[in-house]
Amino acid sequence: MTESVVTTSSLPFADAVPGAVLDADQWGIIVNPDKLVELAQYLRDHEGFDYLSSLTAVDYLGFKDRTADDRFEIVYHLFDTKKGGDGIVLKVRLPESKPEVDSLVKVYPGADLQEREAYDLYGIKFKGHPRLRRILLWEGFHGHPMRKDWKEPYYEAEHKPYKSRWPVGHYQWAEDRVPWGDNINYPKGFDPDAFEPAPLPMPIIHEPPEGSDHIHTERIVVNMGPQHPSTHGVFRMIVALDGETIVGLEPEVGYLHRNHEKLGERNTWLGNIPFTDRLDYLSSMSNNFGYVLAVEKLLGDKGKPPERAEYLRVIMAEFTRIVNHMWAIGFLLNDLGAFFTPALYAIEERELILDLFEAAAGSRMMCNYMRFGGVVRDVDEDWLRKARDIVFNRLDRKVDEFDEYLTGNEILMARCVGVGLLSAEDAIALSACGPMLRASGVPYDLRRARPYSIYDRFEFDVVTDDGCDVYARYKVRLGEIRQSIRILKQALDQIPEGPIMNGKPAYVTRVQKGEAYGAVEGPKGELGFYVVSDGSDNPWRYHVRAPSYINLNTLEHMTIGYKVADSVVILGAIDIVLGETDR
Amino acid sequence: MANENQVPEELQQNVFVTSIDFLYNWSRKNSMWPMLFGLACCAIEMICTAAGRYDLSRFGMEVMRPSPRQADLMIVSGTVTKKMAPIIVRLYNQMAEPRYVLSMGACATGGGPFKEGYNVVSGIDKYLPVDVYVPGCPPTPEALLYGILKLHEKVQRQSIRTVPWYRKDTPRGITIPVLGPDIFLPDRADEIRQITMRQETSEEIAS
Ligand code: SF4
Repeated sequence: MTESVVTTSSLPFADAVPGAVLDADQWGIIVNPDKLVELAQYLRDHEGFDYLSSLTAVDYLGFKDRTADDRFEIVYHLFDTKKGGDGIVLKVRLPESKPEVDSLVKVYPGADLQEREAYDLYGIKFKGHPRLRRILLWEGFHGHPMRKDWKEPYYEAEHKPYKSRWPVGHYQWAEDRVPWGDNINYPKGFDPDAFEPAPLPMPIIHEPPEGSDHIHTERIVVNMGPQHPSTHGVFRMIVALDGETIVGLEPEVGYLHRNHEKLGERNTWLGNIPFTDRLDYLSSMSNNFGYVLAVEKLLGDKGKPPERAEYLRVIMAEFTRIVNHMWAIGFLLNDLGAFFTPALYAIEERELILDLFEAAAGSRMMCNYMRFGGVVRDVDEDWLRKARDIVFNRLDRKVDEFDEYLTGNEILMARCVGVGLLSAEDAIALSACGPMLRASGVPYDLRRARPYSIYDRFEFDVVTDDGCDVYARYKVRLGEIRQSIRILKQALDQIPEGPIMNGKPAYVTRVQKGEAYGAVEGPKGELGFYVVSDGSDNPWRYHVRAPSYINLNTLEHMTIGYKVADSVVILGAIDIVLGETDR
Repeated sequence: MANENQVPEELQQNVFVTSIDFLYNWSRKNSMWPMLFGLACCAIEMICTAAGRYDLSRFGMEVMRPSPRQADLMIVSGTVTKKMAPIIVRLYNQMAEPRYVLSMGACATGGGPFKEGYNVVSGIDKYLPVDVYVPGCPPTPEALLYGILKLHEKVQRQSIRTVPWYRKDTPRGITIPVLGPDIFLPDRADEIRQITMRQETSEEIAS
């Protein structure tokens, strides 16, 4: 902690909440842990920072100029959904001996899942959090794996490239290096026979309001997933039912927790790009985009991509959005019970777009296409011709087809209108993002609110809908496909000739010391990357603000009171991808 | 074939004599139902394989069953995490014999790009017997189809007299791993205790 608690008026908000701000620099405002909630309340109510976008922890063990007294840092990114703009960053520094801070759940209910994640991975205790349990790992796991002094079983060295592989260049099976012959490690004195597994977490029951014409039936708890056809992967919900009505719901994630962030700290800056592909594996291009934007902020002028690269990035990102939304709509129908046939129609055009990706990047799904300061490969005239053909001649027709068959469809409307209500205030408070937020009538789209790349040059509308229900989310997605087509038409017409890379391609990226938060409006919402650099070849911290994960905050809120069959549809309309949810 | 002696000449246009093995395997391989079960990115390519362009139904496999009881083939399509591994083994145990496992992609085969992750299992074959491995990250639908055809070949070569599921001495289930401080197999408790009780080898774990 900074020792000099100077409450000079030069510090921001010094008058509003005395003693709350300890220090401030270009990366953020350092806040007194005891005054955090008070300051947050003030910022929300008086300064308009109503949206807690990202909350994460950083472990500064062994970082230059840091001691055990300020080992952990919790970083909060707050934004204003009405005015847009850059927002502010709050930081709380916590000592190694007592990593505890007040929970922000009361001020920003959207902090819920993110605080649980920080607790799980860093062991930070959030006082006042209603259910501070592990979320990505399981209850009983040994240690908090994101701490710098926690080593995974296959640990080899702090940073890649590992000596064993380069330049020495021999290979040894990771299994041969560990006593167990496998990716496991147990604490000293662990006795398997004496082990008792933790009990299953039970959902918090929300009683139906008094006096409603509700027939009381027996409560049952039903487990859905992680192997369930409608959970879009390995997602699990534990649902408490009263008859068929949901009275409690507990999301369980982490079945695809692949340790992106820990691996990200071992990888080189460049080496992380292919890993971002595998976050939201339906939209690898936008994931690349978010990550390179974040790192380019640290690179300064070296990271400025040339014109043609900017256009290519936008083209790829918008194609990705179309692919993703078509997939989302198709599988929403699946969840509604129209098993697979409609989904097959919905993903028909996807194959054509994937062919374009394959031609440009070399892979259908895992494109690994963007680089710091540009893109990796140029496209030729033939590619552009094909892309134009798809955009100008095919996609509009496909969307019209959706519109004609689905938008007025009686079954679709009966199942979707008025289901899964989420008011605008709740959506903001719960940190919902992307189509979820816009379907609650909040016109918050990063491409307009905080324009990045060259989005300020294109004409497009931010699609919103006041329905606040599943149907509205469907309509917003459909509208966004149309807007993406609009952007694509402009971009494909305007794309200039020229270089695609700023400077020469390099294996090693020299990144200056500092922090950056880069975010794009991904198909699922605000996809942010928070990176901390200590000036070396590898990130000190690499955090992904995953829209799929944070949107799950809303799930419990939206499903209470609906029938169990609706929960499937409501989940489908959030549009989660587990690779991103669990990371 | 030496059918001529057995089938009267006038019936040879209509009657076809074959072995019971051939018939049994031929029908099994042409109606092999995969389990509707996706783990990660590879699952998306699996869905594409089943979709219009690659059309898995050409091989009689379009009926994906979400219930393991009705499935013949488990396509392990993606990263197997420690948290998920016990569930996969349980699903496998719930499948009726004959059952097959196809490991799709680098992750399911050996941990893939995430091998060093603390929550990642270094390949599903640490827990389940695998019949076919398909490399790739993700394997293209063509690669998956090739793997499936290889599995069909394997099925076609089996003989009803030696297949394990009609034998009495075949064990019926596989031990389900348990999530303790880290994933462990109850079978290996002794082995684990030997190392954890030995002070020097067990590494210091940060609290
Ligand atoms: S092999 Fe590659 S594509 Fe398949 S699950 Fe693993 S990371 Fe994803």
